[in-house]
Amino acid sequence: MIENLDLGMVNWARAQFALTAMYHWIFVPLTLGITWIIAFYHSIYVKTGNEEWKRLTKFWMKLFGVNFAIGVATGIIMEFEFGTNWSNYSWMVGDIFGAPLAIEGIFAFFLEATFFAVMFFGWNRVSKGFHLFSTWMVAVGSNLSAVWILVANAWMQHPVGQAFNPDTARFEMQNFAEVAFSPYAINKFTHATSSSMLMAAFFIISISSWYLLRGRHIVMAKRSIVVAATLGLLASVFTIFNGDESAYEIAQVQPMKLAAFEGLYEGQTNAGLVAIGLINREKKVYDQQEPFIGFNVHIPGLLSLMANRSFGSFVPGMKDLVYGNAEHNILGAVQKMERGKKAVASLDAYKQAKKADDKAAADVHLASFNEYKEFLGYGYLNKPEEAVPPVALSFNAFHVMVILGSLFPLIFLGYLYFSYKGNLAEKKWLLGLGTITYLLGIMASQAGWIVAEVGRQPWSIQDLLPTTIARTNLTAGTVQTTFFMFLALFTLLLIAEISIMVKQINIGPEEN
Amino acid sequence: MIEQLDYKTLQHLWWLICSVVGALFLFLTFVQGGQSLLWQVAKTPTEKDLIINSLGRKWEMTFTTLVLFGGALFASFPKFYSTSFGGAYWVWILILFTFIVQAVSYEFRKKPWNIYGSLVYEGLLFINGVVGVLLIGAAVGTFYTGSNFQLDASNFVTWTSPLRGLEAALSPSVSSIFNIAMGLFLVFNSRTLGAMYLINNLELGEIPEMETRLRKACWQNLILSLPFCLLIVASLLFMRGYGIVDAQGTIEIVSFKYLRNLLANPWMLGLLLAGLGLLIYGVWKTAKTTETCGIWYGGLGTVLVGLTVLMLPAYNNTAFYPSKVDLQSSLTIYNASSSPYTLKVMTYVALGIPFVLAYVAYVWWAMNRTKIKIEDTGDRAAY
Repeated sequence: MIENLDLGMVNWARAQFALTAMYHWIFVPLTLGITWIIAFYHSIYVKTGNEEWKRLTKFWMKLFGVNFAIGVATGIIMEFEFGTNWSNYSWMVGDIFGAPLAIEGIFAFFLEATFFAVMFFGWNRVSKGFHLFSTWMVAVGSNLSAVWILVANAWMQHPVGQAFNPDTARFEMQNFAEVAFSPYAINKFTHATSSSMLMAAFFIISISSWYLLRGRHIVMAKRSIVVAATLGLLASVFTIFNGDESAYEIAQVQPMKLAAFEGLYEGQTNAGLVAIGLINREKKVYDQQEPFIGFNVHIPGLLSLMANRSFGSFVPGMKDLVYGNAEHNILGAVQKMERGKKAVASLDAYKQAKKADDKAAADVHLASFNEYKEFLGYGYLNKPEEAVPPVALSFNAFHVMVILGSLFPLIFLGYLYFSYKGNLAEKKWLLGLGTITYLLGIMASQAGWIVAEVGRQPWSIQDLLPTTIARTNLTAGTVQTTFFMFLALFTLLLIAEISIMVKQINIGPEEN
Repeated sequence: MIEQLDYKTLQHLWWLICSVVGALFLFLTFVQGGQSLLWQVAKTPTEKDLIINSLGRKWEMTFTTLVLFGGALFASFPKFYSTSFGGAYWVWILILFTFIVQAVSYEFRKKPWNIYGSLVYEGLLFINGVVGVLLIGAAVGTFYTGSNFQLDASNFVTWTSPLRGLEAALSPSVSSIFNIAMGLFLVFNSRTLGAMYLINNLELGEIPEMETRLRKACWQNLILSLPFCLLIVASLLFMRGYGIVDAQGTIEIVSFKYLRNLLANPWMLGLLLAGLGLLIYGVWKTAKTTETCGIWYGGLGTVLVGLTVLMLPAYNNTAFYPSKVDLQSSLTIYNASSSPYTLKVMTYVALGIPFVLAYVAYVWWAMNRTKIKIEDTGDRAAY
């Protein structure tokens, strides 16, 4: 199987998954965040009976509807792509990975789908109270679906609650609670949903700022901004805090990812966090080139603090993680590969012995396998340097995310401050910046997913299943064809979506 | 209680749950059926809007049920998920395409500046209604006729046909005829259901001519589905099947396998006959009387028929996803399932399904108790 490996196919399958995920993630954060904000507006309407709030609710609901449809369309592909492009993965970890997806379907998608129709068409069909309840249920359903898909993704980053079963040749679930409540999953959920809330706030601020600049729908725009900026400020501060918690978690369970997104080749005590720096794209883990080109600034000790909650602590670099570091008791990919190869050989021997009905030999090989099984995934790597993810992409994505994420609370604060002073409409510079904040939010959010997914390479399941093994036995040409089919379809749909959205924004709330 | 269930019972239970979800999906394909009827029964823009606005309030339920069907199979029978989706690649990719374009078409069709025009989105809905259902039906047909795959020692799949699943309908063989018949039966059945649902959900007092067209379409599509239904039932009575013949799970071709399954489980025969009877009764009520409740009989009938179609190839020691090229690679509910632990966890989770069904039913009732009228299509929120 591995001998026939078509790397071109693996890369195209990765590209296709990245394409689908990135398109999907243009729409999903808005859904996750704006449903809460719409529910908030809707509640104010039901409480006050003020028709202005109803118009405002219906307007944002309409934009949400356009966005939601394309989010659903791109979402279904994600689920089925696990089977179509990553069928070995589906078999190897389906026993664990399938469960959160099914739970997502049963509890989250039905909640969303059932109450979505009431939210949009229930204005004169059901009672005001039930209608409001439905709007809240759409928000709950959307975010519940995020819980389960992020549980699944977190398990890929930190595979807990499982064991490899040599008889079935797959990983099997041992403890559901460990999978569902893993700290990694909790961090991932809080980080993804709070960042989605701030993106939804930016969506509202971008459009409302444009209205204020044009002198249209002034009251609606100002009201929308106050609610959105308040929620956005809280969400952006929270996102920074749980982002820090995520980094700590990554340092504990995926030190290679941390080293890659910080461009840290040599391990250091009192390691500094890169504030400014141009990463050297040509550098390899085995050469002596400088990791950065020209001027770069490190904030001393901050990476150690982030990684280990201690300024003076040692943070392993990529070289330590590839070649090992005896002084700090770090096993490198070199040593792990040796053990992994033994695990693979023992597993093969065990299967042969079982087939030959030689129980004594099977027991011996099984004992040997059990000794090395935690390194099984490394047995499928060809050289230790493969354990390093793409450094430049990880580094750049991480720093784009962090720089933008640090800027966001200031933007929300600015909006709240001038709203409080009552002169927001006069601050053209802020409103001008405000119109592009949604794009900045998309950039930061996409960068975050690049850090998470590219940084996990070469693994589909961290340390257990390399991406090269996880694929389906397809030709590169087949996957290339569907890649371009999806690319064309998504782009055509995105063009239509943007066009409709622009028109709806142009029409504004009056006519809605 | 759940802790006491043995592995075999759990495997049977989970195939039943997947079958129920699949059967409910077949009922909900009234949405697809309605989409494919659009140009036939709606002659004016207002009539089209009425139909789209009726189906547009339910498309997500069908879509979500399909997603759940996939998710439930992934969680409970991951080997099927990996073998079929990775193997019959082109079938699933095409099905996916038809559902992607459906998802946006309702929302985009009437919106200003939708770039491609209403007709394109209506065309996409038609494609989803016909091609999507046809392919799903053909894929279900392979549960009986088998597919071209081989599994290695690691259970990784190799598909032996370059058509990657499309051969199920395109290869010149008896199997293809059966698979296509299954697909066409589901297409015409979905159209029958679509007509019944629209009669039930639309206020047609002001446009009696559309009501006449819908009732006529309901009858026509039943008649069109009957030859395929008869072909499938007759084939099932005489077909060879793929049976598990010993405790080691060896698969062999068994003559009259599905007839044997029906006779060994007479309740399945009862389900099938009751389902077909209810379906025909629902159509008769819709087409030959002025009643509007035919969808409930037709819907229940479809669920019962769907349950039989999905359980018959899996129970009674049968391979539900047989391999034509390597019998021993065939999938059974025993060799394709998740571990006992995962099935138990998922069984606890499934205890929530009645609660989900209850609120779905309540919301359905709350939203459907008032029929959709022409003035509803004038609402800015309308599709």
